[in-house]
Parts: sequence; structure tokens; C-alpha cells
Amino acid sequence: MKSAVIVFPGSNCDRDISVALKKFQIKNEMVWHDESDLPKSDLVVLPGGFSYGDYLRTGCIASKSKIINDVIKHAEKGGLVLGICNGFQILIETGLLPGALLRNKKLRFISKNVYLKVNNVNNKFCLNYKGKKIIKLPIAHNEGNFFAQEKILKELEDSDLIAFKYCDVNGNTNEASNPNGSSKNIAGILNVNKNILGMMPHPERHIDPVLSGDDGSFMFESLLKSF
Amino acid sequence: MKISANIIDKHGIKLNEYKKIIKLIGREPNLLELGIFSAMWNEHCSYKSSKKYLKTLPTKNKKVIQGPGENAGIIDIGDNDAIVFKIESHNHPSFIEPYQGAATGVGGILRDIFTMGARPIATLNSIHFGSHDHPKTKNLLNGVVSGIGGYGNCIGIPTVGGEVKFDSTYNENILVNAMAVGLVQKDKIFYSKAKGINQPVIYVGSKTGRDGIHGASMASAEFDENAEEKRPTVQVGDPFTEKLLLEACLELMKENSIISIQDMGAAGLTSSSVEMASKGNLGIEINLDKIPCREEKMSPYEIMLSESQERMLLILKSGEEEKAKEIFKKWNLDFSVIGKTTNTKNLILKESNVEVANLPLSSLSSDAPVYNRKWKKNLESKKNTTNKKYTSLNLEDSFKTILKSPNNSEKSWVWEQYDHTVMGDTLQNPGGNSAVVRVHGKDKGVALTVDSSAKYCLANPMIGAKQVVCETWRNLISVGSDPIAITNCLNFGNPEKDIIMGQFVETIHGISEACKYLDFPVVSGNVSFYNETQNNPISPTPTIGGVGLIKNINLTMSHSIKEIDSNIFVIGKTSGHLYQSEFFREVMKIYDGPPPEINLFNEKNNGLIVQKLIENKLVNSVHDISSGGLIIALAEMCLSGQIGTKMKVKFNKINPYEFLFGEDQSRYIIEVNEKNKKNVCKILEKNSIYYDIIGKTQKEYLSLNDDFNIKLSDIKNLNSLWFKDYFKES
Amino acid sequence: MKISAIVTLKKEVLDPQGKVVNQTLKNMGYKNINNVRQGKYFEIEIDETNEKNAKNTMEEICKKLLANSIIEDFTINLK
Repeated sequence: MKSAVIVFPGSNCDRDISVALKKFQIKNEMVWHDESDLPKSDLVVLPGGFSYGDYLRTGCIASKSKIINDVIKHAEKGGLVLGICNGFQILIETGLLPGALLRNKKLRFISKNVYLKVNNVNNKFCLNYKGKKIIKLPIAHNEGNFFAQEKILKELEDSDLIAFKYCDVNGNTNEASNPNGSSKNIAGILNVNKNILGMMPHPERHIDPVLSGDDGSFMFESLLKSF
Repeated sequence: MKISANIIDKHGIKLNEYKKIIKLIGREPNLLELGIFSAMWNEHCSYKSSKKYLKTLPTKNKKVIQGPGENAGIIDIGDNDAIVFKIESHNHPSFIEPYQGAATGVGGILRDIFTMGARPIATLNSIHFGSHDHPKTKNLLNGVVSGIGGYGNCIGIPTVGGEVKFDSTYNENILVNAMAVGLVQKDKIFYSKAKGINQPVIYVGSKTGRDGIHGASMASAEFDENAEEKRPTVQVGDPFTEKLLLEACLELMKENSIISIQDMGAAGLTSSSVEMASKGNLGIEINLDKIPCREEKMSPYEIMLSESQERMLLILKSGEEEKAKEIFKKWNLDFSVIGKTTNTKNLILKESNVEVANLPLSSLSSDAPVYNRKWKKNLESKKNTTNKKYTSLNLEDSFKTILKSPNNSEKSWVWEQYDHTVMGDTLQNPGGNSAVVRVHGKDKGVALTVDSSAKYCLANPMIGAKQVVCETWRNLISVGSDPIAITNCLNFGNPEKDIIMGQFVETIHGISEACKYLDFPVVSGNVSFYNETQNNPISPTPTIGGVGLIKNINLTMSHSIKEIDSNIFVIGKTSGHLYQSEFFREVMKIYDGPPPEINLFNEKNNGLIVQKLIENKLVNSVHDISSGGLIIALAEMCLSGQIGTKMKVKFNKINPYEFLFGEDQSRYIIEVNEKNKKNVCKILEKNSIYYDIIGKTQKEYLSLNDDFNIKLSDIKNLNSLWFKDYFKES
Repeated sequence: MKISAIVTLKKEVLDPQGKVVNQTLKNMGYKNINNVRQGKYFEIEIDETNEKNAKNTMEEICKKLLANSIIEDFTINLK
């Protein structure tokens, strides 16, 4: 399996994701935002960080990068696209995923481990979460408060496109287990064809038991398995 | 323009210093030159009050590669890996504009690290605020914390640890000390010393604006009532540009193009060019027309004294300019050849081909004034409190009062605003003994901590300083590391007063003594004087940042209790020193009396034994005992592991208050399971280590004899209440 | 009446956001853009009929809250 990680000025989780991809034997290449063509890849990752310093609107300036045209083509052909944190914000700004990511409800940056309910395991990113429905991953963001109009939220729910929801240790998704004020506790969503996943939590930071967890590993194993 | 007495005074230069300038350069300086002298000769850059004493600190051991005098200190951690680290203050700017002040403080210390070729891998911070009910505190706390987070999170370097303290001594002078740590290959270290004549001098990074002009002088002046009017000198940080600068510099450093490199920090272009050239015993010539400026018509004076952020000065090997330029262009950063090295040993500045300044470099560096200031020994803080009866107080209530006090509250409100897991190598999160960060791609790690104990230092600067060094050492031991070296940030009032100078001198003695005994040298640091407003100086606050090596990350120790029915040992003797304890301060409101004594012999023995027990996998968890005493340390262990403890103690020589709240030094709590108990006792006895077994771990309750039995969830609630209440959050 | 204020960074203060937006516009092909400064816009409804009073109040609000006088300037407009 081959992947490409797009590096924007201000990306800062690009190394972390490439370490994770390599660990799971996915052949990865780093691609500078100013390139016009993607290398041949099965998976394109938009990494976390502060592309362009989060200036103007998070993800907005990165979504105007040269390489994005090719990322959109790749996605339209059914290629896999994963956007983590700032990558999710960029996916929304490009229009590949619906909604908006607003400032966290408490208007503060939040960096901590959170529990997540894996809502949809029938996609290439989450296959291996089958039977392990509550997981723990770190979040670290200022703008992760997912917002969408009622109609879109309903569509996401009806078509089973919510990948992850914030919950507590027992799987309850309520206000107390919602760290940033996201509508319906949404932490990650899929597009209709389920080849694009955008998520605020960082699976690439939890791939080793010596760290504070390794629930991220399952995602990379899922990706590998689907090829 | 004629240099009047008023102008000299405005530059913070004393009349005798001005006479010295005339003597050194053989004429009166022009205004630009006076500005340059003012920047180089102020306390912040010249260390004129502290130099004499700083020289007495131990700065070497087998592992030190670079001690003080460079951008940061460097230690060897084996396998061609080295750790670069330093702590620095950004106190005054943070008081004036807390967000930007703290942010640029983080930015500045990070540049000190990557200037040396190291990729920064972690930052820590020690922040001190005034009393929580002082009207400025809430805004300052909020601003500083979001500023530190705003910068560190954006550039993508984890903020892994630190401390937050409140005391009325900081009401008008907060402290923001930031420490950064980087990883470099031993054979790829870059220094600031210039070499070779006619080599190009390069300016890279952001453009120069009118920000921060005379920031370094401001950092060296006492605040007066009009402090807030000095505001326009505060700089705005741009972490995004710093990230680009970091990547561009590291990319260029892979090539063999750089002779030397220095960041433009305090006193900007002036201090960086002077330092590089004078270290290399060369001259330097700068063409001011070539400086990338953000605004039109900037004068030479403004250009030389601007403290715009995110800028670096390089000396390249002649002929490498084009290659370097390409890299900076890729990262969208300014790149300009602004001058060359010369053999004149002078700093020469030109504007439109006219020489506007010409100063011997020695007059700015080695010939800068050094003072032997008068100092007075601090009087021992006496136990003159009329012996208030405390034994009638309720033990449980006293414990709870301490738990929910601002200084002893759990600080996740703060550290959850810092990204502490980016870079994927953070093994221990904030809130424990020390942070532990893995050396990327390897099985070893570094333990990092930052500590201060101003309450002890005010009562006795010498003992207090020793205590801070020892606490740092203890924190590093507790995670299973081998402590290697420290960096210090020395925050004091006005050194022109003999009592303040006395605090400083005694602090240096204390640090020196502890560092020598523990083979724990000082490799970098910074002095911040003039932390006082209207004759109210802060308590002497030496902040110590320590680094230790963990050879095998699988042996990293945490302070979370691991299992039920294991034994709780206290290593080191508990004799019940209550003066300066949290119990006396928070519950009894007694603030005088001496701090606990430090016995360096016991400190070292106890520490080395704990280290050995960890290495031999004989302990489940370890925590050092510090502020708040045994009960606070034990409660933290229980909360972290979600397992309680049943203490059974017979009280003969000391009473339960002394036992629970005494702040005797050199102590650790260790958790030992039944299987290892005998073996651990044997080792401790063989090495003549004093220890007590105070109880066993149990489910969900923390109890002492029949005195109290408290549910952990109640402790947790009390402990996390304060910040939520303070910021009115649910 | 309605009154508004625009708060911008002072001319001599670095505006990192404006800088990035400026560069991006250039990359997008808007070659004739010279400089971009970013600011904040506030619209306030105030129970006041006298324009001068409204302006004075607004000025006070700006000084005390909306603008950070250390790094920001403001301009007030009546609607």
C-alpha cells in the first residue's frame, strides 16, 4: 500500500503520521504543497498542525494550495483521503466534507485524551475497530467544534457517515463527554462514498503502548487490511 | 544631535558609565552608538551585577559538551546524541502584554535551541502570578497560559511540564520563565563564534519593524507607576514564521554552508552581530540599506535596536549564498546579505555608503562594566510566631484546605491548553514528577523538570536555593532517570540594593554547593533583575530546569499507584518541619520561620537508592515529597493510580500534623508489592537508609488510623475545584 | 442607535495574519495587491439618541475592552 502525506507550511504532525505509516508497512512519500501532481498513492493524508498559522480561518489558506486540485481528483476517483485535525479543517474548506469547525465551546485550546465511540466500522479506515467500540485517543485543537445545519446533520446520521463520537468511558455521548461543543458529539465524519475521513483526534499519536495508549494502531491496521 | 544628560539617562546609562564610554572610544558617541552601548551594557546583556558570582557556579562534568556562554548548554546522552537546553525569563513583557509577552518568550528560547542545530523536542515553563484575588491576576494568568500555548502549539513542539504558583509578592511583577530542550547529533552542533575574514553576513527570517525598541533596556529597569505607558515596545510573535525559520535553518544545516549562527533576541541585530564577531575576535561591517524592513524610513537607530521576532544572523562560507538563498526562498523567508566579517575588530555600520557608527567590539563586550555590588547577608527568618495551637484543628479539614488552595490544586486547567503529545514521543504527561520524552526513534529518553520554591528562598536564600536544586534532582530520580545537568533562571529585585544583592549572592552559594555535591552542573541560564515595583521586590526566585537520562524507556517510573495491597514506604526521615510548610501558610496563616534544612549527604544517598530500586524493578511507583508534605504526595499518587491507601502509624516522637504536613527534605514515597518487600527492606538497611512503612494500598479510600477515611473521588473533586471556580466553568 | 467600531493592529505592529493573506492573494494571481491588514468589526446597539454621547461611550468601550491599546487602534462609525 502506498501513501502520500501533504506538507503545508506550518504542518507539524507530518513527521508523526509518516512514522505511523512506516510502522505499519505503508510505503509513504512526503509531498510539498507547491507540487502540482500527487505520486501514485492509495491513500492521501492531510496531517495535523497549523498550516499557515491558522491565520484567516483554519485550513482555509491550505485549501488553496496547488496540490489540492490533485487531491480532489484522487478523492473523486475513489482514492482514500484521511484528514487529521488541521487536515480535517482543510478537507472542510475544500468542500470534500460538509460542515464547519468552530472554536471550541470554552474558547480554549484542548489537549487531552478522550474516549470515542466508533460509530461506523464498515469503512476502510475503521474495519479493525469492530468489537472494540470505545477507544481512547488524544485531541489537541482550538477549533474542533463541529457545526452543520440540521439538514446535513440528519443526512450524516441517516446515511451512517459519523465515524466517531466523543463519549465517556462507558460510551455515553452527552454534554459532559463532549470536550469542544461539537454537534451530536461528532469527532469524525465520512463522505458518502466512505473513502474520505476527517477527524479531530490523532490516531498517529497513539501507536505504541509506551505512549499513553495504542488505540490508533487499529486504524492503520484497517487501512493495510483493506489492500 | 548633542548627547545631553537627559538622553544618557533615558538610555539607562549612568554618568560614570558614560565617562567610561568616552574613555573607551576616545570621543563622544553619536546617538546610534549610545543606543548600541545602552543595549549591550544593560544588565540583561552584560550581566554586570551577576557576572562575578555566576563564574563561581560549577559548569562541568563528564557529560557536559557546552556550558554557559553559548546560546544554550549541551550535554552528551550517548550514541552521538546530545541534548541542548536553556531556560530564560520574559517577565516584564508578559506583565505588560501577557499573551504576546509569554508567546515571544517561548519563541525566543526555541530559537536559542535550534540556532545550535538542534530540533526542539519539548518546552517547559515556570510561571508565577500575584495573589489570586489581586485584580490583575486572572487576566494575566489567562493571557500567559494562552500565549505559551498559542506559540508552542502552533509551532508543534510539545509543552510537557511546568509549574504555576501564586503569591502576593508577584502582584506587580509576574514571572514567566520558559525552558526549551532540543536534540542534536554531537557532530552537528553549530556555534555562534565567527571565523574567517570577508565571509558574508546573512540576515534571515522576518522583516525588521519598529517593535520592541529597547526591550532589553526595559527588562533591566524597575517598573514605576507609568509602566503601562512603556507599552509600545512589546513585540508580536508569529509562531508560523518561526516554524518556517526552524525548518529552513535545519534544512540549511544539513549542508556544509554555515560558519556560525546566532538568533536575534534581546537587543536584536546589535547583540547578535557584536557577539558573533567578538567571540571570533574579528570585526564586522553591516550595510544597513540591506536590512529587510517592514516599514518605510526606518532609521539606523531603529534598525539596530529593533527586537522584531523570528530573525537570525548567519555567517556563511563565501560562495554558499545562492544555495542558502534557495532554501529560504522555498520557505518564503527574507534572505539578505547584509555585510561581511573583517579584521578591524570594530563594529562598522553604513547607511547609503556613509559610516554611521564605528565602535571597537571590545568596548561593547569584554570592556563592558562589571560591578562588585555591595551586599548584605539576609537575616534568618525567626520563629517569632506566638506559638499558635494547631493540634486542636481537624486533620481532615486541614488536609482539604490545602488540597483546594490555588497553589496545591491540580493544574490540568493549565496544561490541557498546551499540546503535550505532538511529535509522538511524550511518555509522561504533565502532572507527574518529571516529564519524560523519548529520544526519537530510540529506546532511551530524557526526563525534564522545572522547579522553584520562593517561599523557602525568601526565608533563607541559601537553603532555599539548595532545596530547589535538590528538588529538581529528586524529580528526575523519581521517574528512573540519571540526573545530568541543570539550567537556571534567577529572578530577583533591584541588585543595586544590598539586601537584594545579598539574596542573589547567597542563592548562588546555595546552588553551587548543591550542584557540586550532586555532580549536577549548571550549563546555561539567565538572570532577571529589577523585578520590583515601587520598592516592592519579588521574593528571590531561582528557577531550576533539570535534565536526566533514561537509558531504557521501558524502565520509566511513574507516580501512579499500581496495585491494591502493596506497601507504602517513606524513604528518608520524617521529623515534622512545619515552618514554611503549606500547612502553616494555608491553614495557620503563619509565614515566618526557617525553611527545612537540606542534608546533601542524605539527599544523594536516598536518591541513589531509589534510582537503584527502580533499575532493579523492585518498586511499583515513586513520588518525591515536596510542598504540602507526605499527605499531598500520597494523595497525588492515589489519584493518579485510582487506588487508595490505608495509613497505620504510631505517633511517638512527632504528632500527626508533623507527620502529614511536615516538609522535611530528601524524602520519597515508594510503592512496593508484598513479593519485593523483604528484598527492598534488606537493600535499604544494608545501605543505612532511613525508612518507614506507613501502610498499604487499598480500594478507593485514603485513610489514616481512625483519624480520617476519605473517598478518592472527593479528594479529586476538591483538588480540581479551584481553577474551575476561578474561571467560572462547570 | 447602531454604532460600529473597527479594531486593527497599530500600523507599526506586525500583523502575521495580514502578511499570510497578502502572500496567498498574490499566489492566487492577484498581482496588484500591495498590503493586507486584518482587523475586527464590532456592531453595537446602544440606547442613545445623542450621537456625541454614543460616540463617547463607544470610545470608552473600545479603550476599556474591545481594543488592546498596547497593540491596537480603533475607528468608530455611526450607522
